[in-house]
Amino acid sequence: MSDVFEVFRQERRGQPFEHAGSVVAPDADFAEVWAREQYGRRGESVALWLVPRGAIRDVEEWADEFDLKYRRVDGYSIKARLKEARERAGTA
Amino acid sequence: MSEQELLSLADDELVLGWRESEWTGIAPVLEEDVAFSSIAQNEIGHARAVYQLLVGADGDADALAFDRRLAEYRCAPLVELHLLDWAHTIARRWLYETADEIRLAALKDDADPAVAGLAAKIDREEAYHRMHAEMWHERLRDEQRFREAVAELWPYALGMLPEELRGELVERVGLAAVEPVARGTHTDELAPLWDEMTMVRRSAPAGAQW
Repeated sequence: MSDVFEVFRQERRGQPFEHAGSVVAPDADFAEVWAREQYGRRGESVALWLVPRGAIRDVEEWADEFDLKYRRVDGYSIKARLKEARERAGTA
Repeated sequence: MSEQELLSLADDELVLGWRESEWTGIAPVLEEDVAFSSIAQNEIGHARAVYQLLVGADGDADALAFDRRLAEYRCAPLVELHLLDWAHTIARRWLYETADEIRLAALKDDADPAVAGLAAKIDREEAYHRMHAEMWHERLRDEQRFREAVAELWPYALGMLPEELRGELVERVGLAAVEPVARGTHTDELAPLWDEMTMVRRSAPAGAQW
């Protein structure tokens, strides 16, 4: 029996972990050894997180029935307003 | 530490690295293929470092590695074996790493600081190999095929170490001492490997630059 372990790696201390890929392994010990070889042995990571895929909660449904676009980042154009403000302040 | 003993270590690592690289592309699972190939590469890297130490900073490590006659190689019969199944391959990997740890521990205390320093450096990388070997050993130790493979290779593993270090290997592996297949003779399997390993250099015109 094998499980998929998702591998996240941290490039430097203090930086966020980013998804690097995955390994298929019979248990966490095998996953660790294999992930070390694939994602850590060439100095590309200072730390790894190994997460069994089954432990991940998948979220991908997003309701936006009333098209409240002002709540989204694409619903508010800042460019024109910024230009206006700069002209008012004399820094354009 | 005598030059012959350092040469034994380097030849072991070179030949084992060569043998293990034979699994590249055909290991049982993809992840293990990557890990095993990486380990094989490391072993050849260790061999290179020891050859370089032996020939000096300006010497030619490649010449020492590849330009000797077959009989001049000091590798142990254990690493020469052309093993075609995974149980034997992992059994050798585990036995080799267990014996190598004992050998490196002795080398780290060497009177020559260059030797002791290099042994410590190699040992830091071998720690990963031991982790890998122990993991497989834990997994397979109760499997009949693996136990048979370990028993079959045991006299060879014992023969990899000089006599004074064999007692410690007996203790660690937990098998009874047997008549070792000692270093100093070669198996029939080394000749084809030597042939392949040195082919490119032997076919190159004298003075070729790489």
